[in-house]
Amino acid sequence: MNGAAAVLKALERQGVTTVFGYPGGAIMPIYDALYDSPIQHVLVRHEQAGAHAADAYYRASGRVGVCFATSGPGATNLVTGLATAYMDSSAVVAVTGNVPLSLIGTDAFQEADVTGVTLPVTKHNYLVKDVRDLPRVLAEAFHIARSGRPGPVLVDVPKDVQQAAFEGDFDVEIDLPGYRPTVVGNARQIRRAAEAIEAAERPVLMVGGGAQVAADEVEAFTRLTGIPVITTLMGIGAYPGGAAQSLGMPGMHGTVTANRAVSHCDLIVGAGLRFDDRVTGKLSRFAPNATIVHIDIDPAEISKLVKAHVPVVGDLRDVLPRLTELLGPLELGDWWKQLDAWKASYPERYKTDKPLVSQEVIALLAKETGGDCIVTTEVGQHQMFAARLFPTNRPRTWISSGGLGTMGFGLPAAIGAAFARPGETVVCVAGDGSIQMNIQELATVYKHQLPIVIAITNNGMLGMVRQWQEMFHAQRYSEVYLADSNPDFAKLAEAYGIDGYNVFDRETAARLVPEVLARKKPALINFVVYESEKVFPMVPAGAGVDEMIIGDQEADEAEGVSA
Amino acid sequence: MSVRRHVMSVTVRDQPGVLVRIAALFARRGYNIESLSVAQTHEPGMSRTTFVVTGEDAHVEQMQKQLQKLIDVIKVIDHSEGPYVDRELMLIKVAVRNPDDRVEMRQIAQDFRARIIDVARNALVFEVTGDEAKTDAFIEQMRNFGVLDLIRTGRVALPRTASRNGTSGAAADDRTASRSRVA
Repeated sequence: MNGAAAVLKALERQGVTTVFGYPGGAIMPIYDALYDSPIQHVLVRHEQAGAHAADAYYRASGRVGVCFATSGPGATNLVTGLATAYMDSSAVVAVTGNVPLSLIGTDAFQEADVTGVTLPVTKHNYLVKDVRDLPRVLAEAFHIARSGRPGPVLVDVPKDVQQAAFEGDFDVEIDLPGYRPTVVGNARQIRRAAEAIEAAERPVLMVGGGAQVAADEVEAFTRLTGIPVITTLMGIGAYPGGAAQSLGMPGMHGTVTANRAVSHCDLIVGAGLRFDDRVTGKLSRFAPNATIVHIDIDPAEISKLVKAHVPVVGDLRDVLPRLTELLGPLELGDWWKQLDAWKASYPERYKTDKPLVSQEVIALLAKETGGDCIVTTEVGQHQMFAARLFPTNRPRTWISSGGLGTMGFGLPAAIGAAFARPGETVVCVAGDGSIQMNIQELATVYKHQLPIVIAITNNGMLGMVRQWQEMFHAQRYSEVYLADSNPDFAKLAEAYGIDGYNVFDRETAARLVPEVLARKKPALINFVVYESEKVFPMVPAGAGVDEMIIGDQEADEAEGVSA
Repeated sequence: MSVRRHVMSVTVRDQPGVLVRIAALFARRGYNIESLSVAQTHEPGMSRTTFVVTGEDAHVEQMQKQLQKLIDVIKVIDHSEGPYVDRELMLIKVAVRNPDDRVEMRQIAQDFRARIIDVARNALVFEVTGDEAKTDAFIEQMRNFGVLDLIRTGRVALPRTASRNGTSGAAADDRTASRSRVA
């Protein structure tokens, strides 16, 4: 056995069945060993897509996603994917080849300082210099990636280490004296949290991406207490978007109800989230009257931005049940009366008095799937519309680049999700800008005949940038127009062997969507939509969440028009 | 929010790149470090970094937590939380323009328990150990003669050990420590 075979053996021992990758010179021994391995390798068409697919594989399944890339350009192409996974706390192990040890540091062909480049975007990384270290390093890499606050770990393996003879034991001791995540919450802090919750008159539970592992615990807590639930972009699915206690998403493009609840509540239980600026808006105006109970596995997130009055460090699967045990049903009658009034006054709405609009396309997809699918998104207006109109009801089914906001994420993420959960329909909601950032992955979709429906809401614009230019840059539309040089997306899909459709009107949309979904095979639908639609409500950057621009509805009401 | 100086020690595993990780964290999160020193400890495979940072308590606490997140970081101590002893080492080269200066400089060195470690016709090199105030004062004393060059290690620190009656070591220990270094 050589080092390359040892790498694959170590992966197998971690339960890895699927790897996303792209070969090249410095990783050829591993690809050679792959030839004899039971591990399935999915050949993506760009390393970035491999990293995103591995990321989504974890998000959809809870199993660590793995990607391979060669040295130099192969490894640097992973960087955006690793940064995306790092920001959204996704467990990924990336294995990269590097030039032989003797050439490291000599500016050799396809050499890059990969551990240096990826240092700030990984939870940890390794350069393996001794073939005997491989089993330990890989065991540590998986342990670090999946435990505590999950994150990506990169293992860089020089070519001669891959080729070196390996005789060794795979039953290795993990040796990480500096790494001991706190899983069990402090009993006194949990008791203090319970007291604060009981004392509150207008509490809300806000769940983030960390709650994806604890959907049952969230459900038990909310069912008992009757507390209203706000789900951040990353928390969608951890609590059912369609449930009566759900107030929807908070923040910049959150619902009026969720943002009003934040401004008026007297207590927030933040569970598995980090109070990102897109959630809080201007910090000094965020939840001014609220006691903050912050439960998170990462102590560094506690009081980083929003001061926690009751911090609880631990795994939600430990803390929430113990907290639930200390509580009973809360008396929230008046609070619910207020929340229900806001919900009734500000339902999701959009106007269809124009050509086809993005919102109705996304609402149609939600209706036809019943939210019973995996949704991946690209980044932009369609992402916000989808978060509001197409929230899924089960954990690990909403897969979107939240922290980094990576255009080009959605299509490879759909591939990763499809491999993670075979049999599920995957809908990739995209814009005409971002879909082109990893469009080459249509080949991977075709090759594996994945049940992915790519829905492009095509307004011929970089819609979100256009919206900001309209609102904050005096309608100076700089470099956002794509329509004059977009491809014919249906023909493009056909060129890759995938069913492609261009849809211009709502009648065709209504007929086609159920038809395509029923086929459970790859399809791309290009919905040509109204170009100037904006996402409302909106909290302008730097403003407080109580300073929402509610948009068309507000304007209509001022004019006495009823929607 | 109180802004003050914090002397922090970070015990790390001797792994390749560990200093880069710490430095990158400081740069990335905008922490401004006044001094930094690194060396091995008595435990094999462990090093200790001592650094000084001025900032709001909450800011420094966040920095401590971020450091603790690094996989190779074993322990982070903010010495400002309790009693501690700290020292820095300075080497300073001072111009000698006439024999009288030389005599006066030797006298000052004696007062400061500084050692002369290099003697040339035109210059002396002194080794000064002590807390920052002492090294600062020594520089002031030498300024009139003409400081040609100097280097300081930055502070290193250890927490004091609580004595049996529960109080920490007396201030007199400082003098003993200094004297033993001078000897």
